[in-house]
Amino acid sequence: MHISSLDTYRPRASLIHALDARVKLVLAVLFIVATALTPDGAWPAYVLLAGLALGVAVASQLGVGFVLRRSAVALPFALAAVAVVFTTPGRPLLAVHVFGWELAPTGAGLVRFASSVLKSWLSVQMAVVLTASTRFPDLLQAMRSLRLPRMLVAIAGFAYRYIFVIGDEALRLLRARASRSGAPEGRGGGSVLWRARVTGGMAGSLFLRSIERSERIYSAMLARGYDGEVRSLRPAALHSRDVLIALPFALLLVAIQLLARLR
Amino acid sequence: MLASRVLPSPAPMHIPDGFLSLGVALACWVLAAVGVGLALWRSGKALGERQVPLMGVLAAFIFAAQMLNFTVAGGTSGHLLGGTLAAILLGPWAGILTMTTVVAIQALLFQDGGLLVMGANVLNMALIATLVGYGVYRGVLALARGRRWGLFVGGFVAAWASVVVAAVATAVQLAFSGTSPLGLALPAMAGVHVLIGIGEGLITVGALAFVAAVRRDLLEPTVAVGGGLRWAVVGLALAVAVALLAPLASPHPDGLERVAEDLGFSQVVRPAPFNVIPDYVLPGIPNQTLATIAAGVVGTLIVAGIAFAVARARRQAVSDGL
Repeated sequence: MHISSLDTYRPRASLIHALDARVKLVLAVLFIVATALTPDGAWPAYVLLAGLALGVAVASQLGVGFVLRRSAVALPFALAAVAVVFTTPGRPLLAVHVFGWELAPTGAGLVRFASSVLKSWLSVQMAVVLTASTRFPDLLQAMRSLRLPRMLVAIAGFAYRYIFVIGDEALRLLRARASRSGAPEGRGGGSVLWRARVTGGMAGSLFLRSIERSERIYSAMLARGYDGEVRSLRPAALHSRDVLIALPFALLLVAIQLLARLR
Repeated sequence: MLASRVLPSPAPMHIPDGFLSLGVALACWVLAAVGVGLALWRSGKALGERQVPLMGVLAAFIFAAQMLNFTVAGGTSGHLLGGTLAAILLGPWAGILTMTTVVAIQALLFQDGGLLVMGANVLNMALIATLVGYGVYRGVLALARGRRWGLFVGGFVAAWASVVVAAVATAVQLAFSGTSPLGLALPAMAGVHVLIGIGEGLITVGALAFVAAVRRDLLEPTVAVGGGLRWAVVGLALAVAVALLAPLASPHPDGLERVAEDLGFSQVVRPAPFNVIPDYVLPGIPNQTLATIAAGVVGTLIVAGIAFAVARARRQAVSDGL
């Protein structure tokens, strides 16, 4: 078992995959900003945004099911927002008695809650398509050409490269622990304190292996002429195809915003 | 799918897109950019060309360390978040950069936390968690004066405090955005993370014990850096700042209070037999918001005071040979 199955890139021969990474990153962020700006309860705008997200998912050939399944990751957070249903001022819709408490959801509260969850869900869908259709090095390159700090991008690139190496190391530690531990049905052996200490020891051991590896890597880089400068190829110029897709997409987002506000 | 099994269950601290208002998200970006920029500059000065490989591999380490879990009870498991461990092992600046990278990769690759709200997540998990953790650790170390228990007590309290303060900051941001009223978000987030923090503290201490036993030299350099008390002050100031912001985030009456008023509970509620800070408002200060802020600060200082008093008593006990 290898950690490499964590990689979120899914190769396809789609239009979205072929799009320039810079354009994709900017459009995805634009979409998320537009979603955040959409007023609560502007349902036609949300339907259009959802349609846009669906269209992108279909065009990416990743499979709508894949995108929807992956985008469910943020839904548990909706629990944090449930309370607004009851605390937003407004006319109570009905009164529910729970354990002697009277809970009165208001119409305004429900609209606020549904809008927050929809915003989050749509944003995650676009982020899923972005990362599943773009190689991570391309994404880093795009961030670099969008003027993010060079060092930060270089560190993220290194982290991505070694997540799989150190992740494998962590899996080996977990396998070693599992093969040496008898686990009684449904619970771990020993006390919680002891289990936490063992896990801490594993983390400490992983840290030592990581820092020693980073020293070897640094020596290897020095041996190959590293001088503190991270060099990469200059990204290619934008195709006319990129512009042809980006412009209508951006205009559509503006149009949806206008529609949401003209109500 | 392997990913869902291996990856830690998303902690409720990674805010997804859609739950913060644009204004709050942008304000957090500005704060995060300032903090991370400072960290880049300071660690760049200290590490030079070693910065990229060291920080990159250690970000991968924190990411992988979050996969190490242990059974707590009944199918739930605890795992590491890592901010304090990173700060103690690497120093605060490098710790911030490492955690920033981890948060960014979690958001970019795994949608664990949103893109537009990444500033807020970096602020909470990379800046606040790391600096509060490191500050508390240095404060306890200064009290312990090089005795062995300082490492472990400091590590535990620091890890616990960093998780709790970061959770409170998250609740404050949600309240500012109008997503979740502070009266519910704060006790819920703080309550859950008071427990998660215990697991975090235990694993952090376990890791420190291992490193102290095998490679004690690795623990020296971050402690040898002067200004231990200055860091303690920075950590405490951050915790106080979060407490300061909390009441400002709550223009409406708390949700629970409103429910109570709807039910006519307000008159029924009996005053508690003892009440240090009645209704979280200090007596003698006319302005309500100001008084609430003062109460928050006083509360934070009391907790810090108790922690230091306990540490001091412990030191006394050790020097008495107990």
